[in-house]
Amino acid sequence: MATMIETQSLTKDYVVGADVVHALADADIRIDAGELVAIMGPSGSGKSTCMNLLGCLDTPSAGSYHFDGVEVSSMSTDQLAAVRNEKIGFVFQSFNLLGRTSALHNVEMPLIYGNTPARDRRPRAVAALSAVGLADRMDHTPAQLSGGQMQRVAIARALVNDPALLLADEPTGALDTRTGLEIMALFQKLNGTGITVVLVTHEPEVARFAQRILRFRDGRLVSDQGQTPESAMALLAELEPDAAVAPVPEAAA
Amino acid sequence: MKLSDCLMAAGHSLRANKMRSILTSLGIIIGVGAVIAMIAIGTGAEQRVQRVIQQLGSNIVLLRNGTSVAGGRRGGSGTRVTLTEQDAAAIERQVDAVQVAAPEVRGTGQVIYGNTNWHTILYGLTEGYFTARNWTVDEGRMFTGAEVRSAAKVALIGKTVARELFAGEDPIGKVIRIKKVPFMVIGILGEKGQTPWGSDQDDVIFLPISTAKKRVLGGRRIKGNLVAGITLKAVSAAAVDEAVRETRALLRQRHRLRAGQPDDFRVRNISSFLKARAESSQVMSILLASVAAISLLVGGIGIMNIMLVSVTERTREIGLRMAVGARGRDILLQFVVEATALASIGGLLGIGLGVGGSEILAAVAGWEMVIEPQAIILAVAFSAAIGIFFGFYPARKASKLDPIEALRYE
Ligand SMILES: Nc1ncnc2c1ncn2[C@@H]1O[C@H](COP(=O)(O)OP(=O)(O)OP(=O)(O)O)[C@@H](O)[C@H]1O
Ligand SMILES: [Mg+2]
Repeated sequence: MATMIETQSLTKDYVVGADVVHALADADIRIDAGELVAIMGPSGSGKSTCMNLLGCLDTPSAGSYHFDGVEVSSMSTDQLAAVRNEKIGFVFQSFNLLGRTSALHNVEMPLIYGNTPARDRRPRAVAALSAVGLADRMDHTPAQLSGGQMQRVAIARALVNDPALLLADEPTGALDTRTGLEIMALFQKLNGTGITVVLVTHEPEVARFAQRILRFRDGRLVSDQGQTPESAMALLAELEPDAAVAPVPEAAA
Repeated sequence: MKLSDCLMAAGHSLRANKMRSILTSLGIIIGVGAVIAMIAIGTGAEQRVQRVIQQLGSNIVLLRNGTSVAGGRRGGSGTRVTLTEQDAAAIERQVDAVQVAAPEVRGTGQVIYGNTNWHTILYGLTEGYFTARNWTVDEGRMFTGAEVRSAAKVALIGKTVARELFAGEDPIGKVIRIKKVPFMVIGILGEKGQTPWGSDQDDVIFLPISTAKKRVLGGRRIKGNLVAGITLKAVSAAAVDEAVRETRALLRQRHRLRAGQPDDFRVRNISSFLKARAESSQVMSILLASVAAISLLVGGIGIMNIMLVSVTERTREIGLRMAVGARGRDILLQFVVEATALASIGGLLGIGLGVGGSEILAAVAGWEMVIEPQAIILAVAFSAAIGIFFGFYPARKASKLDPIEALRYE
């Protein structure tokens, strides 16, 4: 498998007043294309910081990061924007949806900045929303959605541009067990089609669906262990034998 | 990001803050309104001057007789008749700045054709009058110098007279009787319409001055070579003042007036009268221009201010857009388009205000207001330019945001 993510001594320091916070220190991470990796660690251990760096949103204080073989720090801001648009789908810890804007328009937004013809945007956004089971809530604004539904809109937005890498910062944090399971089943299914998935979670029940778990503590990568993932779909089927699992969007298929 | 996407986003954002958008564009509304009214006044005044010039002729100076004074009792204008046909000839010959000096006599009289008749104004003129006053002949011809010298009984009639006397018949070659004297109609004058003060300029008959004096207008005062007035046409607009000065000097000399004596004639400079009128409307225009300039400046700053507020308010949105792939120039375009849309809406409402205000000004103050489509296009383009100019700085600020910092912004 080709290497998708490779960092060497990736470091992010924050200077707050006289103190320097080492949010991420000397992290060497390698993730191959097609992996499903979970990042775990206590609050404040640097998980979100790491995700932002991997998602080309933030720039490291030191160290290097190769994404798809290209050194990220050598890219111009426009190139970074293009990478974020075309290759990476990001699900934020705090959803970050546009208020007073329908779910459909929220999901369509990344397509505006890409090369998708205007007439294809709507069907793609509809497909992505259907994939997360929100086909009947497309015209609702975030204020008219529950926390879990907002989370799913955010996931649909991350998926709409058919990314090679899906980064999700606590995608199941706001969801009940069942919905969380559905989301994980979706991630596993997407992963099965070749998308690399990296997700942050606090919950071991979620992490068990990953092929590998990276653990952080105080900004340091403390363990990196592989495992045999459980199947979220099988678990769902056990829970409710007749339940149909949400289909993978066409865009991703 | 395409322009249509930017327009959609701008429409969305402006609709979300309707009241704020309208208040923000108030400066532009007032400014554009003032610009429209200003241009309307300017164009109106200019067209009025053009019309008067077209009616009276350009670079015109009128010489009129002075007033008689008998035992302290003054007779009013034209009562002391001193101007002569020879004066006119001398002016035309000796004053270089004068192109034409055309003497005239005036009167009224009953005109008869067949069994209809009409009361109209009669002018006795020389052929030079046509040049000086921009008169044209629609049908037939003007009278010639020879006809003036030989006192031929020929007449040119105005459109109104032609209509009243001939009712559709061709007047050329027909014989009309003016105060019982038969005249042959040789031409119909081109239409001039009403004067700005409302009298019908086509209700006239032109006769050779010699014939008129001998046959129809021989009155008490205007006898011999005396005339009612002389119309001067200066060679150019710049020569008008010189023409006035030299004509006055020549006439004083010809009328043997001593140094202390007042003129026995009056000079009316039409160009200076028009200039005064144009100037008074210019004062109004300057006033409106300053209102417009200040309002547009304040309006522009208002737009910049609200766009800065908007950029700050929407920092997270900007961060998000960048996170999903918006480039700096996409963000720049989005905010510039939004500012331009805001200003253009102000511009459109301002056009409404300007058109309405112009109509009120026209009705209340009697100004002539002319709104031309170019003025409206100019106003819209100008307000859009203000949006771009004042929206650029906030938009640039937005486009320079760091995505992750913008996303974290509280
Ligand atoms: N912008 C910032 N300025 C200063 N310090 C920061 C900033 N962002 C993060 N930090 C610090 O960096 C450390 C790591 O933060 P990070 O958000 O990565 O934690 P996390 O592992 O995602 O925690 P959680 O599970 O609560 O989301 C924390 O100690 C935090 O205080
Ligand atoms: Mg976090």
